[in-house]
Amino acid sequence: MTPAIASEQQPANGKSWLHRLNPGWFVALLPLSLTLFFAGLICRVAAGEVITGSYPWVPSLGVNLSFYIDGLSLVFALLISGIGTLVIIYAGGYLAGHPQLGRFYIYLLLFMTAMLGLVLSGNIIALFVFWELTSLSSYLLIGFNHSQPKARASALQALLITGGGGLALLAGLVLLGQVGGSWELSTLLTQDIVIQNHPLYLPIVLLFLLGAFTKSAQFPFHIWLPNAMAAPTPVSAYLHSATMVKAGIFLLARFNPILGNTPIWQCSLTATGAVTMLLGAYLAWQQTDLKRILAYSTISALGTLVLLLGVGTAIAVKAAVVFLIVHSLYKGALFMAAGAIDHETGTRDINQLRGLRRVMPITFVAVTLAALSMAGALPLFVGYIGKKLIYEAALTAPSAAWLLTGSVLLTNTFTVVVAGLVAVRPFWGQLKPTPKPAHEAPLSLWLGPLLLAGLGLLLVGLLEFVPSSLLTPFLATSATAIADELVRVKLAAWSGVNAIFWLSLATLLAGIGLYTGRNGLRRLLSPANALTAIGPERIYERTLAGLQIVATGQTRLLQHGYLPLYLLTIVLTTAGLIGYTLLTRYGLNIGTHWSGVRMHEITVAVVILLATIAAVVSKSRLATIAALGMIGYGLSLLFVFYGAPDLAMTQLAVETLTVIILALTLYHLPRFSRLSSTAGRTRDALVALTVGGLVSVLVLTVLTVPMQSRLTPFFAENSVTLAKGRNIVNVILVDFRALDTLGEITVLAVAAIGIYALLKQQKQNEQNE
Amino acid sequence: MEIVLALVIGGLFAGGVYMLLRRNLVKLLVGLILLGHGANLLIFLMGRLIPGRPPLVPVDATHPVGLFADPLPQALVLTAIVIGFGLQAFALVLARRLYQSAHTDDLDQLRTTET
Repeated sequence: MTPAIASEQQPANGKSWLHRLNPGWFVALLPLSLTLFFAGLICRVAAGEVITGSYPWVPSLGVNLSFYIDGLSLVFALLISGIGTLVIIYAGGYLAGHPQLGRFYIYLLLFMTAMLGLVLSGNIIALFVFWELTSLSSYLLIGFNHSQPKARASALQALLITGGGGLALLAGLVLLGQVGGSWELSTLLTQDIVIQNHPLYLPIVLLFLLGAFTKSAQFPFHIWLPNAMAAPTPVSAYLHSATMVKAGIFLLARFNPILGNTPIWQCSLTATGAVTMLLGAYLAWQQTDLKRILAYSTISALGTLVLLLGVGTAIAVKAAVVFLIVHSLYKGALFMAAGAIDHETGTRDINQLRGLRRVMPITFVAVTLAALSMAGALPLFVGYIGKKLIYEAALTAPSAAWLLTGSVLLTNTFTVVVAGLVAVRPFWGQLKPTPKPAHEAPLSLWLGPLLLAGLGLLLVGLLEFVPSSLLTPFLATSATAIADELVRVKLAAWSGVNAIFWLSLATLLAGIGLYTGRNGLRRLLSPANALTAIGPERIYERTLAGLQIVATGQTRLLQHGYLPLYLLTIVLTTAGLIGYTLLTRYGLNIGTHWSGVRMHEITVAVVILLATIAAVVSKSRLATIAALGMIGYGLSLLFVFYGAPDLAMTQLAVETLTVIILALTLYHLPRFSRLSSTAGRTRDALVALTVGGLVSVLVLTVLTVPMQSRLTPFFAENSVTLAKGRNIVNVILVDFRALDTLGEITVLAVAAIGIYALLKQQKQNEQNE
Repeated sequence: MEIVLALVIGGLFAGGVYMLLRRNLVKLLVGLILLGHGANLLIFLMGRLIPGRPPLVPVDATHPVGLFADPLPQALVLTAIVIGFGLQAFALVLARRLYQSAHTDDLDQLRTTET
């Protein structure tokens, strides 16, 4: 799978040709070779083989960069690389002369790599990484025209929604890995019974659905997809109709054998899919912008796919695989054609476009072919087979069959209207003047649409006349990979006059009727559209605004700028955590076996305590310094009493120096003034006494635990033999832990340099003044 | 004696925290010094109290004989005292410098980076 990884380097090659020729032709060589590579695998996969490969990535965590190619992944890989080839050629023409074409290709190939990695991954952690990479590259591509605020907002919206779903998916994948005991897909596929009977099954399913539904623009997360049309058209054609939005579908299909076939899975998929399918179709025919019409109809198609996976019967899965391919072909073609129209006329508002069939004949042919496939009007197109299978799946659904059939009928009627809006409305009638004088698009712009639309025609021929060819077994392995049971695929466009035939005919007639009466119906429905004002779009805006308010308030609360309050927070948090642990782990257990008290020791202790009080309450700076000195000297005495002469000497020297420095410095600082209120003082005093008491209890509790040091005997044993020193403390400092001491000396040197610099700067300031 | 020293440590911590929470810059530094003393004594006490037996090896022996004070906390505290001194000295000079620039020793007045 190394070609997928190498693709990121390709744009550099394309860039050098940038000014001479459409660089798309050269960049397209890479996806083209990938397409051929994947096409070469069809034979093996159609025979039922699963191709795997694995490279260690994080072996300690069991995460590998492994690949798993079966029918399902190969269908996706072929769509991604095949449509990718055409889109890259198309983008070269569409963005011809754009100064950032090189960057565009980098993003596009990054996306292609991520998407291929996603569908070929055999490890769920790797799958997640690629999943997120598709979201990120989608963000970069939607926001490609970054000077437009709308593009930036749309990019952010898409990232927030798909990225949020991605987080849910990560949680779901981690849970799945824990429950299934492996990160490898091949292992997980054998664990379906264990996973489905696990108490964590429900959370896993919900998290997975959240990830898939956000990515595949299912209601109510569909709002980002129409807005993503702010991206350049090649992106809309590639990411937002043919590939990335299908990642969620891929996820559901991939994990259907593991998580599927349960009531919760089937109900949520069927219900969400049906609602999305109807809503998308209903909104699609009311748009006037060509790209938005197509975007809503894509949402509808995604809903159909989710619905089919939810129904989950063999025929439904078969319908899903076929419709997935069919939709990618015609929708990719229509999007690219819409971009070509926009590019050559300067508008994509269907109210301004008329009679283009004479000036843009090739585009017209491509759009007509694609639209006929979309409408499923003639048995000559794969679109018809797709539609037929969907009806069959709905009619034979295990439950609510008539409800589903009705929804599909309604959706397909709307789809026929959409096909008419896209293919009939702009091309027929009298030519209308457009912002740019309309003319035929160049080869790079019509090649993709024509090829994709033509493929829709060609596939029928292949299926019809070469039934034993590779194609049907290949589709069968794809469907089998989803359904986890053997699915036979025998596709035929014409199967006689039966219920499905009548349904298709009814759809077509209703669609044509609706198309002619659409303006009247739109007026009739306009009150209902007020509902969109309170729809998910508004909720998204409110949430975003709310998030900012929360962030501002939280910053104000936590980052107030008052040092004493920061310190109070830190002190209280620390004390709270220590106190909680102390009380819950040990309780109030302060031992009883203490060494005796001697008079001179207790005197020193009392002096230290009194000096502390004096240092705290004194209003005189000098008295505070004196009290601090007394504390220091008192400590040295304690060190002397308890066998630490080195400590005592150090403390004595340091204390003397500290007192001198304090006295010298404080002379330059103002007198103590009372700044806090009495209430503030009382609060601080309470906090301080609590902390002090807590520390006392902590010390006494620690002292009840028997002392078990392994270091002390080591130092005692080896002080003379290894380090030739009899003062063990000194030996530790200058020998065993000599590097620490070196660090300590360095710290002191740095402090000294800092002090010197501060004083010198001050002297200069004084001279300047 | 441990109870007495525990109280002394508690007292030093209480005084230190109280001074740390004052708005006056110098009092904050005094709080820092008190906390340092408290922490030092705490570490020292963790090595348990062995009166009058410094961790020294007699001239005619290869390792210390009988009971002796724990040398490890002593080494730690010795480092802490010296580092603490460096910190205090630097903080004091910094405070002095700050007062000359900002003309205030009230920490609540020091809310911006501009002077």
